[in-house]
Amino acid sequence: MMYLRQILTIAGKDLRSEIRTKEALNSSVAFSVVILILFSFAFDQAEGFEAFLGGLLWLAYSFAGALVLNRSFARELQNDCLDALISSPAPPSAVFLGKALANYGLLLVVELLSLGVFAVLYDVRLSGKLPLLLLVSLLATWGMTVIGTTFSALTVNLTMRELMLPVLIYPLLIPVLMSAMVLTTGMLTDVPIATNMVWLRVLVAFDIVFTGLAVVFIDDVLVG
Amino acid sequence: MRQNILFLMAAVFTGILVWNMNTVYGLPQQVQNVGAYKIIYLHVPAAFTAFTGFFAAMVASLIYLGTSKLKYDAFAGGVTEVALVFATANLLSGMIWARYAWGIWWTWDARLTSMLVCVLMYYGYVMLRQAITEPTQRARLSAVMSIFGMAGVAFVYQSIAWYRTQHPSPVLGFREGGGMGPGLEAPMYWNFLAMLCLAVILASVRMRQAQFATEIDSLRRMAHNH
Repeated sequence: MMYLRQILTIAGKDLRSEIRTKEALNSSVAFSVVILILFSFAFDQAEGFEAFLGGLLWLAYSFAGALVLNRSFARELQNDCLDALISSPAPPSAVFLGKALANYGLLLVVELLSLGVFAVLYDVRLSGKLPLLLLVSLLATWGMTVIGTTFSALTVNLTMRELMLPVLIYPLLIPVLMSAMVLTTGMLTDVPIATNMVWLRVLVAFDIVFTGLAVVFIDDVLVG
Repeated sequence: MRQNILFLMAAVFTGILVWNMNTVYGLPQQVQNVGAYKIIYLHVPAAFTAFTGFFAAMVASLIYLGTSKLKYDAFAGGVTEVALVFATANLLSGMIWARYAWGIWWTWDARLTSMLVCVLMYYGYVMLRQAITEPTQRARLSAVMSIFGMAGVAFVYQSIAWYRTQHPSPVLGFREGGGMGPGLEAPMYWNFLAMLCLAVILASVRMRQAQFATEIDSLRRMAHNH
């Protein structure tokens, strides 16, 4: 019970400071809109454009997501907040899960806003497809969040932090992004979900395995 | 003692290599209508060696996290670098064969893609090591990265295999549906052994370098304090 309250306290702290400054949210939403606009030149709404839609959406999400995740632990460097967090009574895994929860919320907000822009710009009809899209987003975003938050903690003390994070997380995220892309494209082109069930399972398995790994090894990352 | 083991490894490696080149030279030019197949004697053992190395690095990383002895970290780092070289050799030899057999250097096939992703992942590991100067911090963080990397490789491998495949199905006898023909598989296993020997030699060289680097580092700190 105590553990849960520690997680929620840290998540609440992160969300509150983000709502007050909006530094990660603003930049990452703006970035994802720019990416969505740039894609329109890459594909030029050609024949068979629907086949790219899922991939396009998730590329925008993952690029924008890296901006949020980069800030997650880096924002604690000022005034040695990270050391205070680590020496607080909350165990490192609670700090991690709290931060992951806050990032999860932020990423979902960024995704929701980008999805609106995406639907308008590319004339995508989402009615009737939203529940499944929500499920895919919830699962895939948690995968992104777990990997991203772990590596945000792992790279926080590096001078090349902003450069290292994308290099490290994107190869690891390939199973998540690939599954989400296949599922989203299938959904937007009215492929029955039954044919894509395997990707839903990949997402669930990825979430479970990496959440477990992260919780086990975060002590070594943060404290040592 | 360590020197002697290395010399022995080098002797075994050279012996097998010379013997194998003789064997492979005598093999037919085409097998099952596939030409230029002899590159497989480099291609497949290199992949085996690479994955053995990555796996050994993960085990060493786990041991490091349990014991905090820097020699396991040096081992993990050295072995990963060497495995990365073999993985690259696997990719390049595959590309050369693909150009001959399929007429293209690259195709987004399951095996090719997952090997490329694997190389990128461990390239990130090497970059991470170089970005951290403090030895124990480097050891801790790269150990976690190695463990995540191995889990990631498993996921990437399986999910990309579901996504698409065009690669010739596995040819070795221990998998079902394989089998290259009598006398054709043995040199591959011998080459695997030879490459493992080479990998051990290279990894120990890297470990020695890591040892010297820590020694130099501590000497520099001592000099700095005076």
